[in-house]
Amino acid sequence: MIRHIDLSTVLRRTVCELYSNLVTRSTGAAVRTEIEQLLAGSSEPTLTVIDFTHVGLLDYSCADEVVAKLLLRYSTGTPPADAYFVFRGMRDGHLDAIEAALARYGLALVLERPDGHHLVGEVGDDEQRAWDAVCRLGGADAATIAESLGADPPAAERLLDGLTERRLLMRLDRQYVTLGDTLGHAP
Amino acid sequence: MTTVITVPPSLDDVSFEQVLDRVATLAPDDKILVDARHARWASPYGLIALLTLAQTRETRPALTPPEAEETGSYWSRTGFFQFAEELYDIHGSLPRTRPATESNVLLEITAVAKSGDVHDVVDRIQQRAQHILARELNIDAQVSVRFIMTLSEVCQNVVEHAGRGGWVAVQTYRWRHRLGGRRVVQIAVCDAGIGFRRSLESTPGRVATDRWDDGMALEEAVIRGVSRFRDRGRGQGLAGARNFLGKWAGKLSVRSGTARIAIVPSWDDDVPLREGLAPFPGSQVQITIPERVAGATGETGGTGA
Repeated sequence: MIRHIDLSTVLRRTVCELYSNLVTRSTGAAVRTEIEQLLAGSSEPTLTVIDFTHVGLLDYSCADEVVAKLLLRYSTGTPPADAYFVFRGMRDGHLDAIEAALARYGLALVLERPDGHHLVGEVGDDEQRAWDAVCRLGGADAATIAESLGADPPAAERLLDGLTERRLLMRLDRQYVTLGDTLGHAP
Repeated sequence: MTTVITVPPSLDDVSFEQVLDRVATLAPDDKILVDARHARWASPYGLIALLTLAQTRETRPALTPPEAEETGSYWSRTGFFQFAEELYDIHGSLPRTRPATESNVLLEITAVAKSGDVHDVVDRIQQRAQHILARELNIDAQVSVRFIMTLSEVCQNVVEHAGRGGWVAVQTYRWRHRLGGRRVVQIAVCDAGIGFRRSLESTPGRVATDRWDDGMALEEAVIRGVSRFRDRGRGQGLAGARNFLGKWAGKLSVRSGTARIAIVPSWDDDVPLREGLAPFPGSQVQITIPERVAGATGETGGTGA
């Protein structure tokens, strides 16, 4: 299932009709809580597009609440749902705050830009190479990706499972696919 | 008996210490008259520090406004008297506000007590700041965004940590002597709340150390990004502000209790840490960002760490 969440709409609905900036920690916490409620109750994997297009300014505290804590909840421990996220419409000003927040927790996210999808945040070289290989192959099993990387298959599988746990790839049966491909193939 | 506290002719973060030195000799409930008749100039820090001073007094203080028409009119335009009337008995008539042909007040003195106030501050400055910052300080739109993010974070410190409301003001002006007469933009945020030391002391499970004072609390919070909240995401606000100011050769100073810490850029000769100042409740923050000039260095000098 694919969802689209326009953050400016959530902001206006949950905090104040007049606001267009994501600033202050309490605002960020209210917006994240609303997103979590929208995601709750789904038993199947969901891919959610978090859309910043109409968000004015994002400050560090709000980036921590809306982005970092949302990803933290779904990518560590026991997530409340099998949820994946693609972030859309982020401008450089948004990214400054978001990269600082991701760095604090060692998190990363998938960012959609006009030229395609990219990883942003804390990503190791091996992780980046594996993610790039999945993008290049358009989805494949671990053995195929390992061959493309020239890597040992069990090691490649561990790397790919790690990326899946970090919500940066999806695993559908034996196939690893990028979130961008999943969006592109959606009806 | 009322004690007269004379406001220096030029009131800024440095000369305000003269005011505090004088007030420190008095009991909290002593009546004071803040005499600003001879004041000719005030920075945003100076103005909101005067409001904060009134908050700290147990007996309602009095204030005489500046005699110089131009000065009084300027203080009016900043919104100073709107708040001063609530805090001081005003002696004499309030100056009239003359319409300004060109205002250097980016943000009038604004009360900050809750999250919604920070939204209002950000909305208001967004409408004015980008054009003025670009035209007068050669600060491009991308940097203006970081400037406003910094402003938002500093205001949030009042909401989250002070325990009572404070004020913010933003202004641009040209320095006559320093930095070769370049323009600067200054943000000032002051409150009379619990201050950094008491805020950090409220951290759950905090272990007391031998050396613990206002200076150390400021080093922990401003330099090391320590917050009273254990949450890993906390402390990003001042860290982000420091990062931005480092890249833009800006200056950050934070006074709390009896100490003042500063991130000092190469163009300034301030000391990183001053201790043993006259006690003053809460925290008082000043950020100065100079006009961008081709060939100017972006180096940041020392810190209190």
